Amino acid sequence: MRRWRHFTVVGCFVLACLAIVGRVGYLNFTQRDFLQQQGDARSIRSETVPAYRGLVFDRYGEPLAVSTPVVAVWMDPSRNSLGEADVRHLAALLDLDADRLQAELAASAHREFLYLRRRVSLELAGSVRALGLNGVYFQNEYRRYYPAGETTAHVVGMTGVDDAGLEGVELSFDEVLRGQSGRKVVLKDRRGDTVKDLEFVSAPRFGSDLRLSLDLRLQFLAYRELKAAVAGHRAASGSLVMLDVATGEILALVNQPSYNPNDFTPGDTAGMRNRAVTDIYEPGSTVKPFTVLAALESGDFAADSAIDTSPGYFSVGSKLVQDPADRGVLTLEQTLQKSSQVGIAKVALALQDRAVFDVLVRAGMGSYMGTGLPGEAVAAINDAGLGDPVVRTTLAYGYGLALSPLQLAHAYLTLASGGLRRPLSLLRQEMPPDSTRVFPAALAREVIAMMETVTADTGTAPKARVPGYRVAGKTGTARKVGSDGYDDERHVALFAGLAPVSAPRLVVVVVINEPQGQLRGGGEVAAPVFARVVARSMRLLGVKPDGPGDAA
Amino acid sequence: MSDQDFVRRLPGAAAMAGRGRLVRIRLDPLLLAALLAIIGFGLIVLYSVVGGDQALFTNQLVRMGLALVAMVVAAQLDPRLYLRWAPFVYAGGLLLLVLVLVMGVRVKGSQRWLDFPGLPRFQPSELMKIAVPMMVAWYLHERPLPPSLKDIAVALVIVAVPAGCIVLQPDLGTGILVAGAGLAVMVLAGIYWRWIAYAAAAVAVAAPGLWYLLQDYQRQRILTLFDPESDPLGAGWNIIQSKTAIGSGGLYGKGLLEGTQSHLEFLPEAQTDFIIAVIGEELGFVGVLFLLGLYMVVIGRGLYIATQAQNTFQRLLAGSLTLIFFVYAFVNIAMVSGLLPVVGVPLPLVSYGGTSAITLLASFGIIMAVRPQRAW
Repeated sequence: MRRWRHFTVVGCFVLACLAIVGRVGYLNFTQRDFLQQQGDARSIRSETVPAYRGLVFDRYGEPLAVSTPVVAVWMDPSRNSLGEADVRHLAALLDLDADRLQAELAASAHREFLYLRRRVSLELAGSVRALGLNGVYFQNEYRRYYPAGETTAHVVGMTGVDDAGLEGVELSFDEVLRGQSGRKVVLKDRRGDTVKDLEFVSAPRFGSDLRLSLDLRLQFLAYRELKAAVAGHRAASGSLVMLDVATGEILALVNQPSYNPNDFTPGDTAGMRNRAVTDIYEPGSTVKPFTVLAALESGDFAADSAIDTSPGYFSVGSKLVQDPADRGVLTLEQTLQKSSQVGIAKVALALQDRAVFDVLVRAGMGSYMGTGLPGEAVAAINDAGLGDPVVRTTLAYGYGLALSPLQLAHAYLTLASGGLRRPLSLLRQEMPPDSTRVFPAALAREVIAMMETVTADTGTAPKARVPGYRVAGKTGTARKVGSDGYDDERHVALFAGLAPVSAPRLVVVVVINEPQGQLRGGGEVAAPVFARVVARSMRLLGVKPDGPGDAA
Repeated sequence: MSDQDFVRRLPGAAAMAGRGRLVRIRLDPLLLAALLAIIGFGLIVLYSVVGGDQALFTNQLVRMGLALVAMVVAAQLDPRLYLRWAPFVYAGGLLLLVLVLVMGVRVKGSQRWLDFPGLPRFQPSELMKIAVPMMVAWYLHERPLPPSLKDIAVALVIVAVPAGCIVLQPDLGTGILVAGAGLAVMVLAGIYWRWIAYAAAAVAVAAPGLWYLLQDYQRQRILTLFDPESDPLGAGWNIIQSKTAIGSGGLYGKGLLEGTQSHLEFLPEAQTDFIIAVIGEELGFVGVLFLLGLYMVVIGRGLYIATQAQNTFQRLLAGSLTLIFFVYAFVNIAMVSGLLPVVGVPLPLVSYGGTSAITLLASFGIIMAVRPQRAW
């Protein structure tokens, strides 16, 4: 009896042990794969490794856009277990409104992802992490910083919170800059903090760097002068474009107003407009050199051909063409120098119907310039109605077509290069691009020589003169179209020119839109900006002086 | 006390008299070795779990030292002393239990602790794990065995009063262990199997009624056992996590300090009640088997000593204390591996925490005291 009882007790004991061994064995072997997977599912996560976005440099390697590592702080509101004090603490650190954060967390309780704040500095993220709050997570990302700020804002553009380009080069070269984010597998603890990197599934492919054609020194200079002029003349806006004659590279491109891409206020559309590229204006008298070129090309005119502009006005059909004064008989050169409407109109009417139009088209108007900048505007120019003398004459002195400051500069580049058309580039070029001859070199030089007289005391723009250098250019003062036709009060003041005349290096176009002061003409408003910018640029570039006066 | 007396009181001492005083310390080498192995193994695992928290580890080391001292002291006492003291220990324990209900310290919703100034905080219910089987054995040892119905009724009262007090704290786990210890004595005393069968049937019939006596959280735990996935983030969390940890260990485990579930805080209570899950994850099936093997040695040795005991009281006491140790281990492992509902029972001698280790080692001290010196 005793024995039997003992066996029973020991039997129970053995059975219980077997049950446990069986159970643990069952979990360990039969269920192992499933449970191991479950274990991994709790602790192993695949994470995106953000790719480092390519940098943007100017032509000499000055950084224009750089990426710095920052952190996005986010939460899973569906598992929010933060007390009121925690939320308050968190809000204070992240500079958020505590009540609004609380309300937002409550409103998003059904969601599993909510950004609290993005682009937080590593330091701040560290102090948030130190709070040790449950359910607050961190994600590495990059944000862009633009060392030159508003000076290069329109060219370089900017990226959005997702590090994708929104404007400028950041947008148009996004594919190049972007790179490819990688993935890695990490071990995370219950709070979601990464404990250990296990393996890289794919390494992030960094974006490529871009070297722009811009010369940051010239860009700063141009920006400063343009800003001063726009402010001084209380103008609505302004643009300045500077091209390298030999390569077609854009050395400087600035606009006013601008914006700060490092501290962007959404909705600042006026500041964000890259007017030099996207806005088109009627160029007015700045196209007259091309009319003169067409005249020379026809063989019927020479620089000293006499044109009678008396009595200072002239009817073309129903339209009256007027000069400010009766200038009598002018040579072709003087017509350009004094910007006589009557003279140019008469020249245009003496030429073939398409002659001026053809010259403008050969100068690149109406074609893409190839900068790739977002919103690059092509000149509005067409050959409909060229049979009408009114259309022909207005085209000859710069109305009835519209072009961007960049396109105007591109057209002047064909003159400065001695009749060669070459694509513009915003990227630094190692060698000059393929060019197309569009005008005979001799004719281009002849027109430039006439344009040089514009800056003489008797010309329209003596203020464009640069001490020590010979410069050539042409003023323009275009009335703007208002609700009732052309508006006498609103003008665009332009000056397009090149320097030095003996071996042109730079083409510079200055556009001041709607100056409000006493002075409104291109010769008074835009030409001085040209002179100041060119004077300093010549020195910065080390160009040998070729003219009278002290280059210093 | 004459030399003659001394020899009578400590049988076998004469044989060892020539080998120096230290040898006179009475211990069971096999049981001691197995217990030390379990403690050592437990400390290694605990070291892995707390991962460099020196303070925690040192605490446990000190407690285990104290517990071993308690064991050695308990082993030196004459077993007849236990018989003599049984009613007083029991009465004292009962008094303390009542005090707990009146003026105990409340921790995590349960009132289990007594905190007298100048004394370390302790749980009187731990004491009852020894006092109750001792008392039942004391009551039954002079009566005819198998016990009569009347004796069983008295024994049941002896068990039920302290167990009831403990359940009221509420601490269902310890209450069940204390009751189990008392009932184990009765079974070992040779109750007719019929009666056990009747009792089991009665419990089965009453089970639906008992269901309504349980607290909500206790009911939830039982339901969770059958379907932990019904509330995986709430009631089912612990058990799903522990099953996951054990199962992901495989045959040899992930290695000490390498367990992801325990170290990344996915496994709750990893250093206390759920430490076997850490063993399963880090040392694998082999690690669990090793620990179970050590437990079996301890239990087998305890039962063997019980059979060799010199009188009924000693036999009942040693047997029931061994069984309670077995129940401890079984309930804990079964709970963690999802065989039984979650009740707060630590893994004996391995889980972090002191009181239960002291009680357990003291009870093994008693078992060693019971062992006749001539026995193997």
